[in-house]
Amino acid sequence: MKKDMNKLPKILGSHPKDQQSLIAVLQDIQKEYNYLPADALKQVAEYLSVPLSKVFSVSTFYNAFSLTPKGDSVIKVCMGTTCHIRGAGQILEQLEKKLNIHAGETTPDLKYSIEVVNCVGACSMAPVVIVNDKYYGSVKISDTKKLLRGG
Amino acid sequence: MRIDKPAQLTKLRKELVASEKNHTKKIMVCCGPGCLANGSAEIVEEFRKVIKKKRIKGFKVEALKETGCHGFCALGPLVVIEPSGTFYTKVKPKDVEEIIDKSIRKDETIERLLYDDPSNGKKIESYHDIPFYARQKRIALRNLGHIDQYKIDEYIAVDGYSALSKVLTKMKPDQVISEVSRSGLRGRGGAGFPAGRKWATCAKADDTPHYVICNGDEGDPGAFMDRSIMEGDPHSVIEGMIIAAYAVGAHEGYIYVREEYPLAVDNLKLAIQQATEYGFLGENIFGSDFSFTLNVSRGGGAFVCGESSALMKSVAGKVGEPRAKYVRSVLKGLYDKPTVLNNVETYANVPVIIDKGHKWFSSIGTSKSTGTKAFSLVGKVSNTGLIEVPMGTTLREIIYDIGGGILNDRPFKAVQTGGPSGGCLPESKLDLPVDFDTLTEAYSMMGSGGMIIMDDETCVVDVAKYFLAFLVDESCGKCVPCREGLFQLHKMVKNITDGNGKEEDLEKMERLSDVIIKSSLCGLGKSGPNPFISTVRYFRDEYLTHIKDKKCPAKVCRELIRFDIIDDKCDGCMACLSACAFDAITGKKNEVHVIDQEKCTKCGACKTVCTRDAIKVS
Repeated sequence: MKKDMNKLPKILGSHPKDQQSLIAVLQDIQKEYNYLPADALKQVAEYLSVPLSKVFSVSTFYNAFSLTPKGDSVIKVCMGTTCHIRGAGQILEQLEKKLNIHAGETTPDLKYSIEVVNCVGACSMAPVVIVNDKYYGSVKISDTKKLLRGG
Repeated sequence: MRIDKPAQLTKLRKELVASEKNHTKKIMVCCGPGCLANGSAEIVEEFRKVIKKKRIKGFKVEALKETGCHGFCALGPLVVIEPSGTFYTKVKPKDVEEIIDKSIRKDETIERLLYDDPSNGKKIESYHDIPFYARQKRIALRNLGHIDQYKIDEYIAVDGYSALSKVLTKMKPDQVISEVSRSGLRGRGGAGFPAGRKWATCAKADDTPHYVICNGDEGDPGAFMDRSIMEGDPHSVIEGMIIAAYAVGAHEGYIYVREEYPLAVDNLKLAIQQATEYGFLGENIFGSDFSFTLNVSRGGGAFVCGESSALMKSVAGKVGEPRAKYVRSVLKGLYDKPTVLNNVETYANVPVIIDKGHKWFSSIGTSKSTGTKAFSLVGKVSNTGLIEVPMGTTLREIIYDIGGGILNDRPFKAVQTGGPSGGCLPESKLDLPVDFDTLTEAYSMMGSGGMIIMDDETCVVDVAKYFLAFLVDESCGKCVPCREGLFQLHKMVKNITDGNGKEEDLEKMERLSDVIIKSSLCGLGKSGPNPFISTVRYFRDEYLTHIKDKKCPAKVCRELIRFDIIDDKCDGCMACLSACAFDAITGKKNEVHVIDQEKCTKCGACKTVCTRDAIKVS
């Protein structure tokens, strides 16, 4: 998959050349490209003078980062305790079945990704599903079709 | 405009209060986490449109406020008309015009949007009279729901930054520490370490520079107090941090916010920018020689980063692995320098303690746990929401008087506090007062404040399995007892829920738990077995039913249950058939449907859509 790497210098330039910036730089790249392209990681390592192995280790340690491209619609199913006891597992199962992928995966056409998050702090609305940063509260099994249409 | 003198702040406050008084009525739209998820942003938009369109005499758009969490999330989106306190629930954009016409232009209330008192079915107009609010005492959450979360002027109007002005012009650092120490304030992040003692140790440390950090990595699932404060009243946290920095001699600070809270990051950054413009952050604050800068550091979605040493590594841009506890972060913290780390709610309490004095604060709560504690009251409880009560309030008062009892009047089973490090307490413990020490003695813990209520349809063995799975996933993997021990413990609990457990497993699991607790490196591992230990202690029978009878009393554990359709009740409406994602249900319209047990995954989707109660779980 070809990605426009021209935006990278601007992202790098907006952060100080310091290891402290590493997580913030990676967050910006993840936001721009929906994942961390390998080329970008190499450039980050060079820019911050941090070994590529360290960049890789941070990229794989934190859940916010992905080394593979995400779908256009990222569906996050909250699996916090409250959502769990109010049936989030069923919602996740329905979505997995409908899209024929598991949590953490992306459909081959790159349209959808399913992710599991551990509590987004909207517990009073449990179970909660977030589609591309839009929150849906008190989700029912019958709502899953609507979620896939993007609300 | 820069404020250099206390007198300037007082003058500004007077002006702001006077201009607020010009609004004879105000519309407060709750934009807390729950209401936002329910669409309160659209309601704000609609109000703006209608106000612009109608041009109401004497009513300016400035009287429309986007507030932080008002608390009663179960009834959101909430709209409150002040000063009457008229409390509108479950408001939709289509209600907005009517609210303007009746409650703003006239003094009428809209009956259908008011709160129904479940005890007598009567409508209650003002939120002050609703039991959910009447029994609370709000200190850390004092401004939530009452001021516009995006405006520093509103914070200043309610005495904001007056504590900072007092500290910088009238108090020496050791006086500040003494005030906080004598207030008895203990860290609200979970462990309850006295904040004043931590500050004193850091202040005395020779090594420089010193740092202050705010732990906004509210990772416990089921907790959203800190998110609500960071979003809804960011200045209270910032002011608390500046005071702490002055007390311990720090000139640089960080607020570490978890990845899942983007809105908190935005609101804090905006608040820092506003505070800098007024001169509350930066060089020579209030004309003194004290300078302090504050940065927001965003987490990467790792639960372990709520642990202090892991958090500090993450702030430095590294992998968030904790280190051994004997090196204290207050002496060797961020970049190995002395560092004070407190959580969001702790800092939010500080300005009030300075303003009102340690005696006032320590008169609230119990002798060893002073003040109040915020909780997110969630799960199978009627009134879910954000609450704050004096320490020492009993669990029963919280769940029944404030929470309104169990959802749908089902029987109470357990209350879970302390997140994955805490435990589940049964009915017999409901009269325990909620404070740091009592909950720990009862084999749970205060934690950061998530309080999850469970009814008889919740299986505690499944809950233990859930938390262990969570911890296995979030263990950083650095030390063996946590990485491998929790993995095995989870496997053994799963065996039980799958119907393959043996009675002697419980004893083995208790021994393994003991090893994990004694030998893990950080708090995550040391408290990791708690969800198992507390459930097996209070609900051993439920474990034994799973093991001996191969039954799950709550009908949750899938390997031990089956779903069937009751012929007499099924009217062949096809609702379950279309809800089943696994094509396990067959049947025709108006004919009794049948579940194919081979295909059924026991997800329960059919039961949730059946309106005739025709799905039997056994």
